[in-house]
Amino acid sequence: MSMDQGPRNDRPPLIEVEGLGKTFTLYNQNDAVIPVMQNASLRVAAGEAVALTGESGAGKSSLMRMLYGNYRAQTGSIRIRHREHWGDVASAEPHAILDLRRETLGYVSQFLRVIPRVSTLDVVSEPLVRLGVEPTAAQEKARELLTRLRIPQTLWPLSPLTFSGGEQQRVNIARGFAHRFPCLLLDEPTASLDKLNRETVLDMIEEAKADGVAVIGIFHDAEARRRVCDREIDVSSFAVGRTAA
Amino acid sequence: MSQEVILRVEELTKLYGARVGCRNVSFELCGAEVLAVVGESGSGKSTLLNCLSGQLPPSGGSLSYRGANGHWRDVLALSEPERRLLSRTEWAFVHQDPRDGLRMTVSAGGNVGERMMAVGARHYGTIRSTAADWLRQVEIPQDRLDDRPTAFSGGMRQRLQIARALATNPRLVFMDEPTGGLDVSVQARLLDLIRTLVNQFELSVILVTHDLAVARLLAHRMMVMKDGHVVESGLTDQVLDDPQHPYSQLLVSSILQT
Repeated sequence: MSMDQGPRNDRPPLIEVEGLGKTFTLYNQNDAVIPVMQNASLRVAAGEAVALTGESGAGKSSLMRMLYGNYRAQTGSIRIRHREHWGDVASAEPHAILDLRRETLGYVSQFLRVIPRVSTLDVVSEPLVRLGVEPTAAQEKARELLTRLRIPQTLWPLSPLTFSGGEQQRVNIARGFAHRFPCLLLDEPTASLDKLNRETVLDMIEEAKADGVAVIGIFHDAEARRRVCDREIDVSSFAVGRTAA
Repeated sequence: MSQEVILRVEELTKLYGARVGCRNVSFELCGAEVLAVVGESGSGKSTLLNCLSGQLPPSGGSLSYRGANGHWRDVLALSEPERRLLSRTEWAFVHQDPRDGLRMTVSAGGNVGERMMAVGARHYGTIRSTAADWLRQVEIPQDRLDDRPTAFSGGMRQRLQIARALATNPRLVFMDEPTGGLDVSVQARLLDLIRTLVNQFELSVILVTHDLAVARLLAHRMMVMKDGHVVESGLTDQVLDDPQHPYSQLLVSSILQT
């Protein structure tokens, strides 16, 4: 693992972030202006995993959310290789971002947000169904992932909202890996997992890389980070007031 | 969602004398897209919905709809019979209070069948079996087909209203607080049902709600209204998690959890 900024140059880049800046203005809290980051730039190639590091509050999750289009960036661009062209999450229209998210850009967040009554099997197979995969085939893939992540079969027909934290996280991971997204954002994917499931998730990340997926992740677990990530990017180098690295 | 625009709204305005219902509202809606319109009571969201769905004549602006045949139509220039035909065929409306969308003295099956007959269905057996299919889609037991909605619970009435609205296979559905006034457990079931039907039939939906959690779960995109104006619009999760306008920030921070 190295600290350099460039991707391995033998693979095509899939994610290119340039000059990204973010400030929160809280109008209902005396117009407080909170600068989050400026001039954030990074590139990730196919088959490469990059870890975002930095102190708590440095903006790792905020950067991740900007990459997914969940937070709005004030400056800069977030170019994602989408089919045969590039999409810019920072400037794209909502429908274009949804299109990117459906096919190209996956995100495993720390939170599971689902409609209460929907079964775990449907939650996991949904990303495939949305892409037009036959529901039976999509469910087959979901079963395979849930089995691999040790979610007991008795829980599959139930809503994951009643599950433990670790189970919910594994359902979230299964959902994020159901479709092979070319670009994958992982926010603490191993945070509340036991050793066995942690190993499984790290294996799954390595397999995704071998398939050419570009991964950006936040891992507090230093050992996991060393195992799956090729490079680290210290987000605090994008702090406002610093000159960009 | 297709990238094809089916509804184009420009500068739509509704004034009640000097009072503003809604003003200069412009947006486009794509095929199979769900757009939530949120805001507090009196923000103009229901006025907007009623203008869009042809139930209230706007004071100004334009409204065009691309029909199933691919032709654009100026909705505000339609004659009353043309407008009524459109709202019975390619459009549908789901009211907050099922009593506004149902005939309470007609059986459940009759409620669905009546909407089909309004567009020309005549064969009794076909109508009855299609009505039974729709009741199954909205999870109403088959043995309730001949019961009147007066004998139904609130949640079941709302599901019946949805069956009635969808029975003519509309492309564009207007929904006014469809889960309002229902118990939380009933709401969850209805949300799941609406989302399933919207995906299955690739419906375009304009959904008015004050419930941001409902918007998050159902809508691709949302518009925030205040005092008759759209103050912010964008991707649903972006507007909810990183609202840019002072009023959107207030709205999002005022609720406990979405």
